[in-house]
Amino acid sequence: MRFESPTTTKAAATLLASESGVAHVLAGGTDLLVRMKMGSIEPDLVVDIKRIESLRTLKVAAAGVQIGAAVPAVRLGESDKLRSLWPGVVEAANLIGSDQIQGRCTVVGNLCNASPAADSVPALIAAGAKALVVGPKGKRRVAVEKVVLGPGRTSLARDEFIEAVVLPARTGKSADAYLRFTPRTEMDIAVVSAAINLTLSRGIVQSAKVVLGAVAPTAVIVPAAAKALIGTKLDDAALDKMVAACRAACNPIDDKRGTIAYRTKVAGVMARRAALIAYERAGGSK
Amino acid sequence: MSEAREFKHIGQRTIRPDGFDKVTGKANYGADLSLPGMIWGAILRSPHAHANIKKLDVSRAQASPDVLAIATFEDFPSVNAAAQRNGSQRKDLMDTACNIFANQKVLYHGHAVAAIAARSQAAAIAALDLIDVEYEVLTPVLNINDAISADAPILHETMMTQGLAEPATEASNVSARMELKKGDIEAGFAAADVIVERAYDTPTVHQGYIEPHATTVVFNDNGPSMIWCPTQGHFDVRARVAQLMNLELGQIKVVASEIGGGFGGKTTVYLEPVALILSKKSGRPVKMEMSRGDVFRASGPASASQSRIKIGAKMDGTITAMQATLHYEAGAFQGSPMGPGCMTVFTPYDVENLYVEGFDVVVNKPKVAAYRAPGAPQSEFAAEMAVNELAKKIGMDPIEFRLKNAAKEGTQTIYGPKLKVVGLVACLEAAKSSPHYNAPIPENVGRGLAAGFWFNIGGQSSVIINLNPDGTGTIIEGSPDIGGSRASMQMMAAEILGVAPSSLNPIVADTEHVAYNQTTGGSRTTFATGMAVVEAAEDIVEQLKARAAAMWNVTAEQVDFTDGVAHNLSGEDQLTLAEICASAEKTGGQISGRANINARGAGPSFAVHICDIKVDKETGKTDVVRYTAIQDAGKAIHPSYVEGQFQGGAVQGIGWALNEEYVYSKDGIMENAGFLDYRIPLASDLPEIEAIIVEVPNSFHPFGVRGVGETGIIPPLAAVGTAVAEAIGQPISSLPCSPPKILKLLMAAH
Ligand SMILES: Cc1cc2nc3c(=O)[nH]c(=O)nc-3n(C[C@H](O)[C@H](O)[C@H](O)COP(=O)(O)OP(=O)(O)OC[C@H]3O[C@@H](n4cnc5c(N)ncnc54)[C@H](O)[C@@H]3O)c2cc1C
Repeated sequence: MRFESPTTTKAAATLLASESGVAHVLAGGTDLLVRMKMGSIEPDLVVDIKRIESLRTLKVAAAGVQIGAAVPAVRLGESDKLRSLWPGVVEAANLIGSDQIQGRCTVVGNLCNASPAADSVPALIAAGAKALVVGPKGKRRVAVEKVVLGPGRTSLARDEFIEAVVLPARTGKSADAYLRFTPRTEMDIAVVSAAINLTLSRGIVQSAKVVLGAVAPTAVIVPAAAKALIGTKLDDAALDKMVAACRAACNPIDDKRGTIAYRTKVAGVMARRAALIAYERAGGSK
Repeated sequence: MSEAREFKHIGQRTIRPDGFDKVTGKANYGADLSLPGMIWGAILRSPHAHANIKKLDVSRAQASPDVLAIATFEDFPSVNAAAQRNGSQRKDLMDTACNIFANQKVLYHGHAVAAIAARSQAAAIAALDLIDVEYEVLTPVLNINDAISADAPILHETMMTQGLAEPATEASNVSARMELKKGDIEAGFAAADVIVERAYDTPTVHQGYIEPHATTVVFNDNGPSMIWCPTQGHFDVRARVAQLMNLELGQIKVVASEIGGGFGGKTTVYLEPVALILSKKSGRPVKMEMSRGDVFRASGPASASQSRIKIGAKMDGTITAMQATLHYEAGAFQGSPMGPGCMTVFTPYDVENLYVEGFDVVVNKPKVAAYRAPGAPQSEFAAEMAVNELAKKIGMDPIEFRLKNAAKEGTQTIYGPKLKVVGLVACLEAAKSSPHYNAPIPENVGRGLAAGFWFNIGGQSSVIINLNPDGTGTIIEGSPDIGGSRASMQMMAAEILGVAPSSLNPIVADTEHVAYNQTTGGSRTTFATGMAVVEAAEDIVEQLKARAAAMWNVTAEQVDFTDGVAHNLSGEDQLTLAEICASAEKTGGQISGRANINARGAGPSFAVHICDIKVDKETGKTDVVRYTAIQDAGKAIHPSYVEGQFQGGAVQGIGWALNEEYVYSKDGIMENAGFLDYRIPLASDLPEIEAIIVEVPNSFHPFGVRGVGETGIIPPLAAVGTAVAEAIGQPISSLPCSPPKILKLLMAAH
């Protein structure tokens, strides 16, 4: 196995493009190293991207946010400005693992690992985040929900990697929220999760995005749930309708972490609670 | 022993002698020993839960230059095919041997089949692919109901149920039945006004010690072979390995490394004999370690259980009859803790009519090992749940109900002796006046209370105390320290010798440097080894008196020794312990004390726990919001470590009750063999466990000590179970109270 630490995105792209065997990008390594240790992957090349200065930058502005692929999750929580613009994205990233894990792990790694239970992914999708993809032929910009195809599978070509994710400009009274269910307080994997992003006008929901995690092979956007909220002040009828839409959108599995019935039921509970939190954060009052 | 006695060191919170090395990473644990020329062993494990081994072919591995040694069942001379042919096969060792290496049949997912040694761990693991095994997969038996059903696949063709009224005629998965009784159970129920009868079950759980099993072994043809390993009992490791390998005890030396938790799980051997075989064959030191997955799949978890409890009482709260039918999973080989489970189930109660029946059942899971008070958490969970339900039915406070029926001095136990002075009533009284029990129950919170009983044991301990010419010294004991016991040994010796505890260095010696010691288990160490330490220290005091007498030209009877100073009763002379040691050269040589005892009179420890739990009614998630553990320590030598035992036991019991369980696929594959999905509680999940030490001295110990290591894991199961039941308004009959299960109960109730 070869280990390389390039200092430019170009060099990283070249390394990946010229490797004929199995190549993996290493960000925080909190997934990659675990999988290598378990023997489930044996890369021929590991490209550490943490030495690339531009990937370590976190740019936060109301006009847009850029989170470099080598920015550890802990840094998101350290930015007051980011916390006030995108509290849901930050709380999702700061639920990953534990303090130690967050000191290493990245949201891009969380995305590229392509786990149905990844915490930051539903929040990024709800936020309308885009991934900046670098490859030998140049750069492209793709919606985050287009990156993950299924458990462990992404739409990235084998010589591509993600440079950063960007969040759109924040306007009006907007806020997001993310909630996950785990039996323990930390060091646990979401049994089900929900991310909600809302924009209000005079207390009425103007736009909404509802995304569920761990209830299907990929995070699920639920347009019907969003529709149930739009034009309302999150009255009980609207919430009930949203919950029903969420449950209808669930396509989970039975496994050691939860049953189909359980995930379906609790997905609605998480969505309802997250919606209320986002609404309150956006300045809505009931 | 007098209760009013004033102690100088005992009861203080001194700094533990092993603490600095542990928190700075200097302490050497099981995986920390590496030797020149050392190679690594790795184990090939069964991918199936139940299968016949049609073929085990190591020839490709044998031919590989990377492979330095191979081991299989056939390398155990005590039990292998050759021993069978020549009639020397040790039948009594068969189960142990077959658990270490499968013999023609694999009985659980992860069961060891063969081992390979190579230059590196990676090379050894890679070479496992060179072993060819052909399996004939059989249907696995994964729980008690399946195991005892009429058409169950049989794990062991020769297993006949022992303890039946009529001798068994057909092979069965039930290895044994036992029965205990007292009084007239039918008459007891006839006298009852109210009867509660209910079935309960508990899952397979693991001790969850943080340190995986590991060992480094050097075979030596011309002297003792050396085994380094983390164990609760290195003398028993020596005995087991010697038996399996047809060696004499003196041909093996076992060094107990520091140990990262055991809780009963490190009382047997898995890797040690294998590493010895590999070392013998390769002529090299061999190191082996288990991964966390191996630990879950192939060490010794605690039994899953099914219990049926029936209890009758009069309206005034008098219990008239208690009956239990208890089934314990033993794992792949017989020998669950059914016995202690049956003996302890109703011991907190002084009731005339009792009947208990127990069954030991084999299933395709790893062979169980001890786990803190083995057998008792399962059975007492069931009993305490039913007791709480009955108290509620007749409208009595659970403490008053227990006080009315509490076991006390003179209570005839179901298993034989009458109880001596015990502290259950004192614990119940302490619970009654505790801040927790007197605090109102917050909204959406359920409160549960439960009692627990464990015998504790004594047994053989050997101790030597050597004094140095400057009066410092070494306490040489043979009880691996898994809970701070070295600190307690120091304090007990210091109390007798009248010196500072820190001047005595307690060491856990290897099997060559101190005589036999029983395994650290049964909550015995502070009691039994502590007693040996006291005796060895008293031996020294006699010698100090004699030496002082010689210097003063008086008889030893004319010398008093108090607080580290000898006084001439017929004069003004005084000599400190250090002064006597300094002149030992002139009075007959250096000074050592010694004790080799078989300690009797272990005092049972009772506990009462109180638990408040909040349940999220929409998700079924449980939160322990307050928890108090009250237990009789007899005498707390080092209160911090006594509290630590209470708290640790409570936390493990809470984990057992809330989220811990082995999850198996229908094929018997363990699906959660790691700490991510085997959910032990985290520090952030729990409140501070309030510990209340009750001290009802055990008159058989010089300072009144009872063991405290085990009882604390018993009450949490029912305290938690009852709290959850109260919070959701539904009976709980099955552990763990995991969120999906609780939500299902809540939804069914609507
Ligand atoms: C103890 C523990 C607890 C955990 N808890 C959680 C949790 O609560 N919630 C959760 O969601 N996850 C959890 N995880 C998983 C993991 O920490 C997260 O998925 C994390 O965000 C991964 O980020 P990373 O930077 O460490 O990724 P890495 O391990 O470096 O990479 C993960 C994968 O993505 C690829 N990759 C990384 N960066 C890029 C890139 N820029 N372009 C293309 N491919 C890339 C890698 O090649 C690899 O395949 C936990 C892991 C551990 C070990």
